[in-house]
Amino acid sequence: MAEPHRDPPPRAVPREEQEWGRRDRPGPEQDSGQPPLADSGTGREPYQPQQSEPGPASYVRQGADESQGLGKHIYQPPAPGRDPHQAQDQRGSAGQTHAPGQELCQSQSPIPHLYRPPGAEQASYKLQTPELNSSQRYVLGQGSHHTQESRQSMYQSYALGLDPYQTQEPKSAYRTYAVGQDPYQAYEGGHGPYQPHEPGYGLYQPGYSPYDDQILNPKSRTLAIQNAKAFLLKSSTASGMNLYDHLANMLTKILDEQPTNAVDIIENISKDVKWAQFQKKMDTLRDEHEILPTFEAAEKRKALFLKANGEGDEELEEEVGETPLPNVMETAFYFEQAGIGLSKDESYHIFLALKKLISVQPVRTCRFWGKILGLEMNYIIAEVQYHEGEEEEETEDEEGIEEGGKGMGEVEDEDEKNEKEDEPPKSTYKPPPVIPKEENGTGANKYVYFVCNEPGKPWVKLPPVTPAQIVCARKIKKFFTGRLDAPVVSFPPFPGNEANYLRAQIARISAGTHISPIGFYQFAEEEGDEEEEGGGGRDTYEENPDFQPPSVAEMVDSLSTWVHHGQSILKQGRCVWFNPFQKSEEEEEEDEEEEKAEEPDELQQEIGPPLLTPLSEDEGIQNIPAWTAQPSTNLIPQYAVAVLQSNRWPGAYAFAAGKKFDNIYIGWGHKYSPENHAPALPPPVQAEYPSGPEITETRDPTLEEELAFRAAKEEALAATEEEEDEEDDVEDDEEEEDD
Amino acid sequence: MEAASLPAALELAAGGGGAWLSPEKLAVLGASLLLLRRDYRFERVWFWGCVQGVRGAYYIAEGLGADRAAPRSRLYSLNCVEWSLLPPATEEMVARAEQLKGRFHGDPSFEYECTEINAEDAERLFEGGKELMIKEESRLVATIEQIDRAVGIIPRGAFVKTPLGSVHENRNFEGLSLTEAKKLSSYFHFTEPVNLKDKTLLEKADLDPSTDFLDSLEHDIPPGSWTVQLEKGDTVVVLRSLLWLGLTFYHVPMTKQYGYVYFGTGEKNLDLPFML
Repeated sequence: MAEPHRDPPPRAVPREEQEWGRRDRPGPEQDSGQPPLADSGTGREPYQPQQSEPGPASYVRQGADESQGLGKHIYQPPAPGRDPHQAQDQRGSAGQTHAPGQELCQSQSPIPHLYRPPGAEQASYKLQTPELNSSQRYVLGQGSHHTQESRQSMYQSYALGLDPYQTQEPKSAYRTYAVGQDPYQAYEGGHGPYQPHEPGYGLYQPGYSPYDDQILNPKSRTLAIQNAKAFLLKSSTASGMNLYDHLANMLTKILDEQPTNAVDIIENISKDVKWAQFQKKMDTLRDEHEILPTFEAAEKRKALFLKANGEGDEELEEEVGETPLPNVMETAFYFEQAGIGLSKDESYHIFLALKKLISVQPVRTCRFWGKILGLEMNYIIAEVQYHEGEEEEETEDEEGIEEGGKGMGEVEDEDEKNEKEDEPPKSTYKPPPVIPKEENGTGANKYVYFVCNEPGKPWVKLPPVTPAQIVCARKIKKFFTGRLDAPVVSFPPFPGNEANYLRAQIARISAGTHISPIGFYQFAEEEGDEEEEGGGGRDTYEENPDFQPPSVAEMVDSLSTWVHHGQSILKQGRCVWFNPFQKSEEEEEEDEEEEKAEEPDELQQEIGPPLLTPLSEDEGIQNIPAWTAQPSTNLIPQYAVAVLQSNRWPGAYAFAAGKKFDNIYIGWGHKYSPENHAPALPPPVQAEYPSGPEITETRDPTLEEELAFRAAKEEALAATEEEEDEEDDVEDDEEEEDD
Repeated sequence: MEAASLPAALELAAGGGGAWLSPEKLAVLGASLLLLRRDYRFERVWFWGCVQGVRGAYYIAEGLGADRAAPRSRLYSLNCVEWSLLPPATEEMVARAEQLKGRFHGDPSFEYECTEINAEDAERLFEGGKELMIKEESRLVATIEQIDRAVGIIPRGAFVKTPLGSVHENRNFEGLSLTEAKKLSSYFHFTEPVNLKDKTLLEKADLDPSTDFLDSLEHDIPPGSWTVQLEKGDTVVVLRSLLWLGLTFYHVPMTKQYGYVYFGTGEKNLDLPFML
């Protein structure tokens, strides 16, 4: 191994002798030795005893010196911002890293005595390599295993010496490192023997790795490292900082921030670190920003708990007797026994939010309907009934809008009629008649619903639901986003936005799952009205003052002890069937009557189950019953609560305990279906025009047909000519006779 | 979720649940899960959740050994008092159970008939001598395995992988910050990673192998199958899965509290693409 290495050294030696000769002149005192390491001059004394060691360093030194020398001649300035010291060390370390490392260089010593500061330089090389390694980490993005090891090795190298790890990576680092190193790549490609003046000469030649298998003397190495560290820890006379700390800070900063291309901005990083010494640490700004959202939310919640101002106090006396506010906590308690519902403090917040709602709106009854989950936010829903007469203002507005729309429609029709003759064929599509929504206070719009996203946020009133919306809502299945104005993108296209969809789903759920123990509600006593409404059913019920609750066991065992008090919605989308053709007589006069006459036959009156039907009549889905009944506890039957879960609308629950009962819905707002949802297909394309004989293509007549036709024509002609001839003949005969 | 912190955890995660645990169940679970730990020598016992059948519900607990990433033992109970060990899930079991539709019945010995097999499959089954009936127990096992695999999540940094390959809780985990907690990339699937090796080298470079050894939620298909919400006045971050409706994960930022629980019917939401 020595031999290949000898080739470069012999050439190198004379040069080095020249350079070192300068140093040697002052003799072995080492003080004056001004190697390229300008600032290591003062640290020479400790290195005296290492003179024996320097041998192996020679090789490194050579390379270093050469590059250094080259640095002086050619490579000044080297890459921007790099001082020769660094450049040299980089190359030196790069040179180091080919093989198991510096041990080799140390063992080879053609000229031992010359190299005084090898230990320092070696150590500094070692110190530099960790820096290399860590910066490699950011340049290359090597596997973090490497980087961890490099970090370890970095610290280890301070203590112990070289790790095998160090040597593995830098090869690639070597490649990607920077401008100055590109020439080194060239070497690895094996570009032939290099001249002494070329960079990297002697450092690494293919096949001539100088650092093969020589092991270092460990003791001298540790000493060298300690010396190196001591040197680095020395404080600068100008600024009072020391290199060790500065490097540590810089590396910490780089590791924390992990900038891209850290190697290119390392000088700026170094400057920033030095700057930061003189800046106050202002961390508090960042913390405050982070916590703001929670503070705001907490403020809102706190507002719930503040008592209303003076006016509220006066009214309290009146309200204590009859308050529409439901006892949410009591209901929550019963549901909790059943294992359903929201957490206690959320229930309390909802309680307070409902109280706020009541104080703002004139309501007669109020109930916590439930919670519907959404993608971004959830909805908390309150079911409310107004006092009679309170709602009329809003309905007038809506009707006004509708009439205005109708007026517009009529005007347009007239204009179009005038221009009918020259226009392309008009579409004969007649949209199905719009079924009007039910009056507020009846049917599907019996209750008014308010929603909010979180207790503490303002309550928003949902618009009344129209049959078209319910019909469409049955066909689609969409998650709620949590924003009431979000569009509902679906097919068939939903007429409205999320607020309408939410209202439609609430209506469906209420109609399907609002149940009460049998006997709790009874019909009003006017039974004569049944026949007059044409099978529409009874709309109203009232509480039964003589209600005797069945026992919990009975309520759980048999579903016939429960009845629906929510009116079911017909297929049409309303609770009371509406015949769209009774009232449209006025319109019939304008339009053609023929088409209208066909339709009334198809629509039949729809009848739904009447109000207060027991649950036992609910259809199950496949073989699952519509409701699952359980007592809340089997261990203490005396105080158990009967709980019902709906299987058709997962999330709908009802409980009954003695005279108390309630319904609640907590879920996503969709009906259960065992089959997958299949969206409706678009309707078939309509015929663009009516087909009649004038535009229908007929088959061209064949030749025989044409000949036959012509023959027939000729015969006809001939027949008429003969008749004329005969008439002429007759006339001629008559004229002849006269003569 | 951890059995030890069950009551507090349920309070935090209760915002979304319809069905939850009644006080009776909560009380009995505290005791019975502890006994479970003693009997089966688990290091940790997690209350996994509840699968609701039509006539009854299954309460599921999982036990973990020293290596938290090892396959977990699962136990079920109908009343939270007596627990029975479930057989480990096999791929075949999972494949067969995927064909079943509809609710669970609530009776572990109920047998489903495989009515949807092709002629080929039926022949193969007959040749293999296997039955065409699937017990509800197997379906339960398969469902739990699927749910854990698909949507069982933990926050990033909560578990560390030692160089020997075993996984432990990270004692230095102090919780995610609020901004981190809102991002899906801060949560991992607590199961064998699938996408990890497909990452490019550049991406892998930014990973820390001790904590980033699992798939994150970012690339779940379909995108948007998780909802991230801040509840209780922005103090708890709650993730709900839309693919398996009923899976709720909660985490209180800047604390060590986190966990997931499933309360649902045990059916996959195959309509998800239509619903988003």
